[in-house]
Amino acid sequence: MQNINTGDTAFVLISAALVLFMTPGLALFYGGMVRSKNVLGTIMHSFIIIGIINVLWMLFGYSLAFGPDKFHLIGDLSWIGLRGVGMAPNTSYAPTIPHEAFMIFQAMFAIITPALITGAFAERMKFKSFLVFIIAWFVIVYIPVAHWVWGVGGWLRNLGVLDFAGGIVVHASSGAAALAAAIFVGKRKGFGTEPMIPHNIPLTIIGTGILWFGWFGFNAGSALASGSLAANAFVNTQVAATAAIVSWTVVEWLRGGKPTTLGAATGAIAGLATITPAAGYVSPAAALLIGLAAGLVCYYAISLKFKFGYDDSLDVVGVHGVGGILGTLSVGLLASTAINSAGANGLIHGNSSLIGIQALGVFTVVVFSFIASLVIFKVVDKLFGVRVGEEDEITGLDLSQHSEIGYDLSGLGGSAGEFVTANAFSTQSSEVLSVSDETSLTPDNLP
Amino acid sequence: MKKIEAIIKPFKLDEVKDALSSIGINGLTVSEVQGFGRQKGHTEVYRGAEYTVDFVPKVKLEVLVDDNLVSQVVDTIMDAAQTGKIGDGKIFVFPVEDAIRIRTGERGSDAM
Repeated sequence: MQNINTGDTAFVLISAALVLFMTPGLALFYGGMVRSKNVLGTIMHSFIIIGIINVLWMLFGYSLAFGPDKFHLIGDLSWIGLRGVGMAPNTSYAPTIPHEAFMIFQAMFAIITPALITGAFAERMKFKSFLVFIIAWFVIVYIPVAHWVWGVGGWLRNLGVLDFAGGIVVHASSGAAALAAAIFVGKRKGFGTEPMIPHNIPLTIIGTGILWFGWFGFNAGSALASGSLAANAFVNTQVAATAAIVSWTVVEWLRGGKPTTLGAATGAIAGLATITPAAGYVSPAAALLIGLAAGLVCYYAISLKFKFGYDDSLDVVGVHGVGGILGTLSVGLLASTAINSAGANGLIHGNSSLIGIQALGVFTVVVFSFIASLVIFKVVDKLFGVRVGEEDEITGLDLSQHSEIGYDLSGLGGSAGEFVTANAFSTQSSEVLSVSDETSLTPDNLP
Repeated sequence: MKKIEAIIKPFKLDEVKDALSSIGINGLTVSEVQGFGRQKGHTEVYRGAEYTVDFVPKVKLEVLVDDNLVSQVVDTIMDAAQTGKIGDGKIFVFPVEDAIRIRTGERGSDAM
């Protein structure tokens, strides 16, 4: 293990933990934006994905995404169950850290990507169907796309497509799936007529903070070594997020509205999503431009759903889809080999070919993810139905899908009612309970 | 015996309560309510989606008084709760058949 650099290893492990933290952060970010009857259903979408996707990643996902190439389209199964993914470095991916460290860092990306999609079908999807969709999407879309762009031998990687931390693999792919979801699953009951007001914006702000914090692991960690490139990606992450807060808020204010807290938070996320593919290829000055553009473009992008009448409930398309595309194209414009010698120069540095390659890469993935998502939804709908029933939708996902509620602030134990646990677990004890009920409820026995 | 129910602006609650205390009213019930009348609601905007919210938050205050105190209590509430702008609220007066103090069983004026 003489090649292992302890500084790099420490940095990547900490970065992996930071990226993991983003998914519970996303759960709060999304959870605050839905109505209170759906807060747990929304949080659960992200949370259960952490469990399921990580297990699948260990079993076969990592091998198919990053294992030895087949036809430039997918990895093979030789690393199934992490066989051979050991403590020695994999020199093709990250020569100075244990292969296991690279694998677990990548696992966190595989987790958050499908979780991002869930904002598009918030407040109306049947839980079982959601699980089937997410697993199918992970296998059919995420794994191949990760291989195409990041896997050794992947066809987009071979073409020279640059995606530093997942503008294509994470944001554009999930954004395209979100558009398919919003169109296929349909509008929430009452969308466009009834108020659908975020129930807890402070929760969304906490989520924004966690996402932002974790994004330093996402982007800087993608340098896979602790050094100057990581520092550049770290700075770019901060610069773009802050620039996008400013531009989003300014445009929102100028357009006759007021500067909103939710807008500022959304601007930050748009800036972070947009800088993701570029973080390790552009200068901080370029990141400033990218961030400013992200705030403006994504602000207008989220209004498209009202124009076209699809209910992308939490604006996954406008923020992540559009941000991912914008960021990927900006690499073709602004990338510089002075920042990253393993990258390429963009248009302003005299290379006119990169922008076309970037466009091809991102649009191929968007189209593939969109169509594959529609097909998966169609199949899931045939099998189980994608939506909860109307009554369950009105009741809310918390009660109808999970038998719990997010908040009981009544002070009266409003949700408690009667204690029936004994009945739930044993028919024997339910008899006992009913007998004792009868005896204890006679007026003479009352204390 | 009458029940006086007043729907007032929430920020006027303290003034009304103090004014009622000063004329010897020593018990009342308050609840947070929402409703609409002539006062318009407000607009909320979330990521460009604009909503008009018709219901305006108000405080409902209920106080039980003997018949001879009704006009004094009504005047006191009016003085304290008035801003002169739309949305100051309403006062309703209801006859009350009986009142019972649960602890002792006292009835009528004795229970107040």
